[in-house]
Amino acid sequence: MKRHLLTAADLDRDDATLVLDTAAEMARLTEGRSVKKLPTLRGRTVVNLFFEDSTRTRTSFELAAKRLSADVVNFSAKGSSVSKGESLKDTALTLEAMGADGVVVRHWASGAPHRLAYSGWIRSSVVNAGDGTHEHPTQALLDAYTLRRHLGSLDGRRITVVGDVLHSRVARSNVLLLTTLGADVTLVGPPTLLPVGVDGWPCQTSYELDPALAKADAVMMLRVQRERMNAAFFPSAREYSRRYGLDARRFALLPDDAVVLHPGPMNRGMEITADVADSDRSVIVEQVTNGVYVRMAVLYLLLGGAS
Amino acid sequence: MTWVVSGARILGGEPTDLLLRDGRVEDAGTGLDSAGAQVLDAHGLVALPGLVDLHTHLREPGREDAETVETGTRAAALGGFTAVHAMANTDPVADTAGVVEQVWRLGRDAGHVDVRPVGAVTVGLGGERLAELGAMADSPARVRVFSDDGRCVSDAMLMRRALEYVKAFDGVIAQHAQEPRLTEDAQMNEGELAGRLGLRGWPSVAEEAIVARDVLLAAHVRSHIHLCHVSTRGSVEIVRVAKQRGFPVTAEVTPHHLLLTDDLAASYDPRYKVNPPLRTADDVAALREGLADGTIDAVATDHAPHPVEDKECEWDAAAFGMLGLETALSVVQATMVDTGLLDWAGVAERLSGAPARIGRCDTGDEAQGRPLAPGEPANLVLIDPSVSRTVDARELASLSRNTPYDGRSLPGRVVATFLRGRPTVLDGKLA
Amino acid sequence: MSTPVSEPGPSTRDFADSPAILDADDIARALTRIAHEVVERNKGTAGLVVLGIPSRGVPLAKRLAGRIAAVESTEVPVGALDVTMYRDDLRLRPARALEHTDIPPGGVDGKVVVLVDDVLFSGRTIRAALTALDDIGRPAVVRLAVLVDRGHRELPIRPDHVGKNVPTSLRESVRVLLDEVDGRDAVMIAAAGDGTR
Repeated sequence: MKRHLLTAADLDRDDATLVLDTAAEMARLTEGRSVKKLPTLRGRTVVNLFFEDSTRTRTSFELAAKRLSADVVNFSAKGSSVSKGESLKDTALTLEAMGADGVVVRHWASGAPHRLAYSGWIRSSVVNAGDGTHEHPTQALLDAYTLRRHLGSLDGRRITVVGDVLHSRVARSNVLLLTTLGADVTLVGPPTLLPVGVDGWPCQTSYELDPALAKADAVMMLRVQRERMNAAFFPSAREYSRRYGLDARRFALLPDDAVVLHPGPMNRGMEITADVADSDRSVIVEQVTNGVYVRMAVLYLLLGGAS
Repeated sequence: MTWVVSGARILGGEPTDLLLRDGRVEDAGTGLDSAGAQVLDAHGLVALPGLVDLHTHLREPGREDAETVETGTRAAALGGFTAVHAMANTDPVADTAGVVEQVWRLGRDAGHVDVRPVGAVTVGLGGERLAELGAMADSPARVRVFSDDGRCVSDAMLMRRALEYVKAFDGVIAQHAQEPRLTEDAQMNEGELAGRLGLRGWPSVAEEAIVARDVLLAAHVRSHIHLCHVSTRGSVEIVRVAKQRGFPVTAEVTPHHLLLTDDLAASYDPRYKVNPPLRTADDVAALREGLADGTIDAVATDHAPHPVEDKECEWDAAAFGMLGLETALSVVQATMVDTGLLDWAGVAERLSGAPARIGRCDTGDEAQGRPLAPGEPANLVLIDPSVSRTVDARELASLSRNTPYDGRSLPGRVVATFLRGRPTVLDGKLA
Repeated sequence: MSTPVSEPGPSTRDFADSPAILDADDIARALTRIAHEVVERNKGTAGLVVLGIPSRGVPLAKRLAGRIAAVESTEVPVGALDVTMYRDDLRLRPARALEHTDIPPGGVDGKVVVLVDDVLFSGRTIRAALTALDDIGRPAVVRLAVLVDRGHRELPIRPDHVGKNVPTSLRESVRVLLDEVDGRDAVMIAAAGDGTR
């Protein structure tokens, strides 16, 4: 595997399979035990560098690192595009001085993990925990892991991803990773929320949701912010959920074995109704559990061996 | 000091001697008498009229951490320029006679090139009220080019008024064409790559829509519009049609838009972040063709210095802009001369003659862009096109380092620059 | 990225011509004898849990458990214990792919755990296995059964049951082939240099 995990494109099919298989072993190793710890990253320091708040992802990485006996430092860097705070470079130099072996970074600017990894400011491995609207590779890995648990091999599986693709790093990573693993991905959303050039992506696109449900093995609903209507991406929240929300009627169009995913946090009532989110075919809660195992696998593969 | 420049190939032609005295070319021919004169052996060198930049940011007043008139004009002279038009987006904005006069004086005191301040079109670049264009025109700075560059004059009514108003003193409005509503928080060229990288797109149509509107406005009120840094095939095509119809339009292109494409953004290195953004190979081809056939009248650097911390960060947070003065001629040689699209006479026209006419500084005592002929001012640059050099950002005379060519090899080297018969650069160094 | 490697598969070039120091029959007899020894030592099968160390320790463990069951007419819990993450040489090489760990439902607490591996060499793998066991539970007793002991211990580790003692030079390597993995049973020695132990 490469030294950093910045984009799902960093993983070829063998790499991706290795991560998923390793995550499965991690799950097996930690599940039955009372002491859920493995010594593998003892002596390594993992820094959670979060420029954007995210309790969910940060705690997932923190738990993953601690289960591998790493020392974890949480560095919550204040600052946004408006109030800059300490610069990315200065933060990086501080971490290097602290001796971080791995840096898990979430940032509001696309490409920030890339800058960290290749600027020469730090020598650690960099894991992208979500950068702007660019990518969120560990989310895609845990989505693929969850899908694999329910569907088996992903070759030829039909996965429909619905929502604000334009602003979604989860969508980008998933299109890349699922395609690498052999799945057929269809992106669905209103034309305003599909990026220019999406026809060049390795997937199908459609403006209509219903036809993309009948043969889907899985549906992944992306979070859609109501505020987008203020920039005219859609006229109203009501119209959006009418045309693209996964409600009971649409849920019934799905094949019996199809599963429903969501990266969270959900906007219940907007892209997904409460009934669907809580149904027995929804694997949304399981995704969170699987996130820890997948992140354990990533940290082990990046940091567990020779540096 | 009298100079004899011997054996230079004027506009790439046959070796000729030039006698420079009292600020003028006194004689041109072969075997000129060099008694009492300093001799510069220019055999193998190409001589062009001193270059004129229609679009430079000298950053003074206000951002002297990035560049000053002194350092910027040094860079200009080293790039072969004898005149630069200094854009108005300083702090305070150059929207009054006071500020333009200050910049003009700073230029004179530095003495490396003629600094012609550009006046803002609107007060504070706010796009709401016209600045005192007349006062700036009447000031000792004798402003003739007005631009809100950095921002677009997007209000159609205001643009119309500005175009009409400057007719009174033969002024020209230079428009930075960028429809603001289509480019809110835009980061790079809109296209497949931007979508994949997660960087907000700057669509070509946002430039072309304003270009189309303004050439029609200019024709309608019969006033000269100059289009800054055109960057797309669509813009070139609109300008071509406009010229065919006799509209009073001129256009410029930057050196970097002749060479670099948007795929460089994939590294997320903000050295490649610029406004208008780097575009596609097809746009680059159209810009080169347009420059060759005269649709685009001039090359202008849009030299935009930024301090290190504004470029050494994540893309979204970085400033837009690239240095250009010291590399412009080399880039033009690489993209236009060495590819056979333009000869040296064409380069002289695009980098000296046309910009001087557009800037209204081609007449009078301090005329620029004149041919190298007896009686004309002795503004010239001597280039050695046969050598290459590797650009080193730390070695540039500019105070800033944000050149996209750092570490890259470019052809040609400015050997000497003369401003009204006085050398500002000799042997590639400031004189 | 290189494909995950635990141990390289048999390379047809290297061992095809090497003499087999144990053939299929020898291996079968050794396993039968070890099965009897285990039962004798334990005075029956009570509390036995047989855990093979991947990769080839696992099929050996299954065979051993099968023979014990045949001798005593009782099924014995058998599983696998991957030690990759407990190795002391982790930091010397890129992170290795994990093997399968499969602890039988009864766990290891208070049990008589018999670790099974194909070749005992420096002893570090077994040390790692003991540490791995630590994190799973607290066996009453841990015993070690190996098919081949080639000597050169670097730690104070000793086997309880040995198929064959094979003194070797450090310049040699020992290769165990098993039908389940390699298509045949044999133990061979060759000059080192191809990644075996």
